[in-house]
Formats: sequence, structure tokens, C-alpha cells
Amino acid sequence: MRLYVDSSRCSGCNACRVACSLSVFGENNPKKASLVIEPHFPAPGVYKVRVCTQCGDCAAVCPTEAIKQDAQGAYYVEFSECNLCEACVPECPEEVMFVRPELADTAWKCTACGDCVAVCGTSALWLGEKEAVAA
Amino acid sequence: MNGYGGHILRVNLTTGQVKKEPTPADLARDYLGGRGFGIYFLLKEVPKGADPLGPENKLIISSGPLSGLLVAGGGKCDWTCKAPLTGGYASASMGGHFTAELKYAGLDSIILEGISPKPVYLFIDDDKIELRDASEYWGKGSMTVEKMMKDKFGEEFQCAVIGPAGENMVSFAHINHDFGRQAGRGGVGAVMGSKKVKAIVVRGTKSVPVADLEAYRKAGMALYKACKDAEGLKEWTRYGTTIVTSWCNEVGALPTRNFSAGSFEGAQGIYGQTMREKIVVTDKGCFGCPCPCGKYSKTKKYNSYVEGPEYETIGLLGSNVGIDDIEAVAQANLLCDEMGIDTISAGNVIAWAMECYEKGIFTKQDTGGIELKFGNADAVFKMIEMITKKEGLGALLADGVKKASQEIGKGTEKFAIHVKGMEQSAYQTHNATAMLLAYMTCDVGAHHNRAWAITYDIQVGREKVVPEKVARVIWLQHFRPMFDVLGACRLQWVELGIDRDLYVPLLEAITGIHRTWEDIEKVGERIWNLTRLYWARENADFGRAWDMPAPRFYEDPPKTGVTKGQYTKLEDVNKLLDMYYEQRGWDSNGLPKPETLQKLGIPQELVA
Ligand code: SF4
Ligand code: SF4
Ligand code: SF4
Repeated sequence: MRLYVDSSRCSGCNACRVACSLSVFGENNPKKASLVIEPHFPAPGVYKVRVCTQCGDCAAVCPTEAIKQDAQGAYYVEFSECNLCEACVPECPEEVMFVRPELADTAWKCTACGDCVAVCGTSALWLGEKEAVAA
Repeated sequence: MNGYGGHILRVNLTTGQVKKEPTPADLARDYLGGRGFGIYFLLKEVPKGADPLGPENKLIISSGPLSGLLVAGGGKCDWTCKAPLTGGYASASMGGHFTAELKYAGLDSIILEGISPKPVYLFIDDDKIELRDASEYWGKGSMTVEKMMKDKFGEEFQCAVIGPAGENMVSFAHINHDFGRQAGRGGVGAVMGSKKVKAIVVRGTKSVPVADLEAYRKAGMALYKACKDAEGLKEWTRYGTTIVTSWCNEVGALPTRNFSAGSFEGAQGIYGQTMREKIVVTDKGCFGCPCPCGKYSKTKKYNSYVEGPEYETIGLLGSNVGIDDIEAVAQANLLCDEMGIDTISAGNVIAWAMECYEKGIFTKQDTGGIELKFGNADAVFKMIEMITKKEGLGALLADGVKKASQEIGKGTEKFAIHVKGMEQSAYQTHNATAMLLAYMTCDVGAHHNRAWAITYDIQVGREKVVPEKVARVIWLQHFRPMFDVLGACRLQWVELGIDRDLYVPLLEAITGIHRTWEDIEKVGERIWNLTRLYWARENADFGRAWDMPAPRFYEDPPKTGVTKGQYTKLEDVNKLLDMYYEQRGWDSNGLPKPETLQKLGIPQELVA
């Protein structure tokens, strides 16, 4: 499973980021979300959304092997095993692997839980098989 | 405190001191947040008779318990102060992402007090709070400054900025945020300008606690699901508020040439459908909104980008000034946003000036050579600039249509379309008695959003003057503004028709306090009465006369369009008020009776 996005549908509401921080941390804090909404205003007036493709590049470099794969093939961070070394961060081609020690004492990333999909009113986000072509 | 940022930030601009206080739990319990906090602090802390543009006035900026959380539309921020436009109560609601950011910085309200000796901006990065020199920003347009600040501080910061009109204290100056969301009405931007605060920049990275996490997630998800399942979602999201433009034109509610008619022969050119096809580039939503009404546009003719125009702007800067080209409306919208003036008041007061010009009351000498005729878009652009700079005729118009018409006299007061000094927004009310009453009695002046009763008029018979209509207006006035108190948007309920009971378990899970809508509406009634008391406290002659609509609606029926020849008789206007006062428990002059205040549990300290 992985998350897909059609950025042209995004309206920048950030509902997905609240849902995500609740899913990953059980907290209301969009700064701790695993996807990024980049507004480009006043011109050209578009939102660019960056999501995890579950490529696994982060897991490949993690020295403590804290990034594991679940039964559906999604990678997740085992918080207790992360030592904040940041090796994973520059590996992520989508820039959605996060280490912000001021916010959390672990790295975090998208687990493909789908909570963001559930709140996105514009259907910009959806879950699909990793190999699937964008719907 | 569950559901709250937990602190009130006081910024004394005179001394430069900033101070955080814990948000009082009983304040949160009794007034909830947003506009509730606003009126509480306004009554309690701004002394009677304060000059709206002087150091004693305060600008109170508040989020609410639903702001920034897993709530469909939890992106509303309230801006309360004494209004420079009206001399009474101002409470402007702003969408976007500012209110959420405030909360994540641990703040429920910011109270701006005093006057800074030099231009400053307020910088908030969680607990780092500073007043900083704003000389490089002063004089610049609001979106120009927002872009500069975003480039400097990063996307995570949210900015609320005034334009040059706010600096110049134009009485209907507004505050801009997120490249096109505003705290629009009453002159809140002028108050910020009087305090020499160019902008507020905020980032918050804290977590906001809620009382029952699991119940909250469940109730939040249920609200989103209801919105996403709603039948009207697609259509609403496609057009946003412009969805009503064609309907208004068809029923004769579209303000046309200074509210002299309700249908416009060029309306097709400014319909939502036309706009979507011609200029919209993306949908743009407030924080947490699943049904974004914001339409972000690019004009070819002017090669410009602007959020909107939304319906009110189309009504006022389109048909009401005789413009039938959506691109020109969008450009006027952009100029207003960048200069920092409210599009509703601007379109209204410019239309009044156009009528004066066409009637020969103003000449080219008065207008500085401008052909100030209905339909002349370039004249509108020029007037926006002149109002901003208070230049020539612009200086007169910058005081708003009430004062301008009083100064000119010659019968121009009769077509100055306002209530209590606030220019009427975009519903023509010659023959829509509930909507007329809603405007007459709205707590800030002639604004539509407290009680949008026009559809009810059409539903039950527009000319009817019956107690049911009055009751409907009163109920709406208690219920709808509670969204501003809770810090969320009402349009999910209004436009998608979702069950309002979905908010009940959500609010309870967030705050830990059980409240039914009945309880919430009671708070709404208390706030409504408090705002009324505020008007009376600030204006010695306040009373019934202040609730009267523009004479045009009872003595000057439209000569064209579907409402041709229709109007509301003066005796019916008075009858509406009589019924309204009676149902509210107010005396015949429109002031709350002592027993009404007692029943509502209004604390003595606020009304003394
Ligand atoms: S799928 Fe889950 S973890 Fe991934 S971005 Fe969405 S909410 Fe976050
Ligand atoms: S919920 Fe959807 S529309 Fe809103 S910011 Fe996320 S991707 Fe964009
Ligand atoms: S409906 Fe419009 S105003 Fe309301 S939250 Fe959504 S985008 Fe904002």
C-alpha cells in the first residue's frame, strides 16, 4: 500500500496533516505530519503536495534498522529504535522523512494508514497498491 | 486547558511590553472563544467613549475551541474592536490558516493595546514573541508584504497584514491573510494601522490537548464523512459562494447600480459559471475545510492573480457599480486586497458616488476629471486608489457612505445604503422582509452573515411581515454567529446541509464539557444582547432610529428587473422592528429590558 496524490486537486486545507499527526503520534499537531502541502502564492497559485511513495530508501540506510515494513508493504518507524541520526532524511527523494528533535524524539514517516484520505474533501489523496498506476 | 491554546497574549504597543496570561477557565466556559472572548474584553477593558483610532481601543484577535483541530472548517479567527466605521461594535471573521497557527503557538487571543511610537510587526514563534521594526514593510501592499515575510521566515509562518489603507486609517480598511482571506468589515484594519502594527506573523509547533482523544477522532471523522458524502459537495466546491450569483439575479436580490434594482442586464458576465470557465485556476480552502469555497483566479486582461472574487465582491464591485466583466471585478478585488480595503464597503460607497455623479451632484471637478459613471471599471480602480490615499473625493469616501452622505446632504442620504454606518452587503432588500430585518438588526451594521434569511423569504413569501420571519431571524442570529465563537466555518452546515448535531459530541470530546445546541444558542443570545449594550454604551442616542434601513428600500422601488415596483412600506418596516423587539425582550426603543438581561445571566460588571 502507498499513498497517491493529485496535487492539482489540493486546496491547501491541511486537514490531512491534522489527521496524520493524530494517526502517527496521537497528537493535534500538523507540524508533526508525514506529508507536506507547499503553497505557491500569489503566483502561480498552486499547491504542491509531497507524499511518501514507500520506496524504502530510508529503511535501506537506517543504521539501527528502526524502519520496518508492515504486512501491506508500508514502511514505518519503530520509535523506540530510532536514535535521531538523520541518515534517512537526505535519502528520501520526496523529502517526507522527518527528524525534528525539537518536536519529537524520533524520526517519523507515513505509514499508509489512510486517515488523510478520509478527511480530504477534494479527493486529492488515495491509497493504492505500490505498483498501481496513478488513478 | 483542553481544546484551547491556553494563553492570552497582551501586547502593549505604547510600552513595547508583551505578556502572556493563562486563559481563564470560566471565560472559556461562559464565552467559549472567538467573538465571545472579543465582546467580553471589549466591554470590560475598552473604556466608554474611547476613540476607535486612539490608544484606548483594543484589537482583540481570537481563535475558538474548534479552531485548528480535526474539525471540518476549523479555520476561523475573530477580530473584535470598537469600529472606526460605525462608532459601535466590530467583529470581523477571517478564514485561512492564522487561527490554527495561533492555537498551536499556545494562544487563544492576542490583545493589541496602546499605540506604538513607530511602525512595528508582531513576531511570534511559539514562545519567542517580539515587536520588531516594520520600516521596510510600511507603505507596501498587504500581499507584497505577506510574500516578503513568507520568503524571509518560511511557509510555516502565517501572516496577517494591513495595506496602505490600514496605515492611512481608511474607516473600512481590512486585514489580509493567506493571499486573499480577510478580516473584512468595520475598519479593523484601520485600528491595526492606528496602532502602527503592520503585520502579525506567527508559527506554532505545540500540540493542542483534547479531553477525550478517541471520542474526538471518531466525532471529527464523522463530521468529515458527512461533508464528503453530502450531495452538494461537488457543485459547491466548483463555484463556492459565486454559486448564488445567478439565483440572486433571477429573484431580484443582486444589488445593481447602487441598490436601485435587483437584477442586472449584464449579470451573465459575472456569473459563477462564467468565472469558473474564464479565470479560476485552483480551489483554495481555509484550514481543515473539505469544501473549499475559495477560488483562486488569474486574469488575462490584467495579467494578475487574486483569490476570488467571491459573491459579495461580485455583487458590490460588479453589478452594484454596473460592471459586467468578471475580469474587471477580479482586478478591482485585487486592488482592494493589496491596498487593504473591504470590497463590500468599497463597492457600496463607490456606487453611491457614481449615483451622485450621474445625478449631477458631483461633477468632473469633484472627481478629479474621472468619468465616474456606472460601468466604468477604470474609474472604479482609480477610486480604490484615491480612497486608499484619501486623495480628492477619495478622502470623503474613506469615511464610509453614512458620513459622506451626511456631509454632502442634498438628499444623498436617501440612497446611502447602510445600517448604523456599515455599508450593506450584497443582497437587495426592497422586497425580502426577513433579510431586510436581518440587516437592520445585525450587530455590526448591514452585514449578511449573522442571519442569511433571504432564502427563507423566498420560501415563505417575500413580502410577508409575520412573526415567523422575525423568529427565524432571531434564531439565525443566535445560532450562526456561534460558529464565529467556536472558531469554525458555518458553510458546511449552510451549504452542505450537514446535521448540526454532529458538532455536539465533537465539542464535548474536545473541551470535556457537554453542551447541546440549546446551551450553545443561549451563549449566542447572551453575546447578542451584550453587543447591543455596547452600542448603547458608546452612543448616547442609540435606539430604534439606528435600526432603520436605507430609505431607498421603503420609498424608492426598482424601476427595472424582476422586483420592479416592489418595496417594503415604512409601516411594515416599523412593524418588523416592533415584533423583533418584543420577541427579544427589548423595549420599544430597542434596548434590552432589565428582566431580559437578568434572564440571560449577564454579569453586572460588564454592563455597569
Ligand atoms: S497515509 Fe497515514 S501516515 Fe501516511 S500521510 Fe496519510 S495520514 Fe499520514
Ligand atoms: S486534505 Fe486534501 S485538499 Fe486538504 S491539504 Fe490535504 S491533500 Fe490538500
Ligand atoms: S467553506 Fe469557505 S470559508 Fe468555509 S472553511 Fe471552507 S474555504 Fe473557508
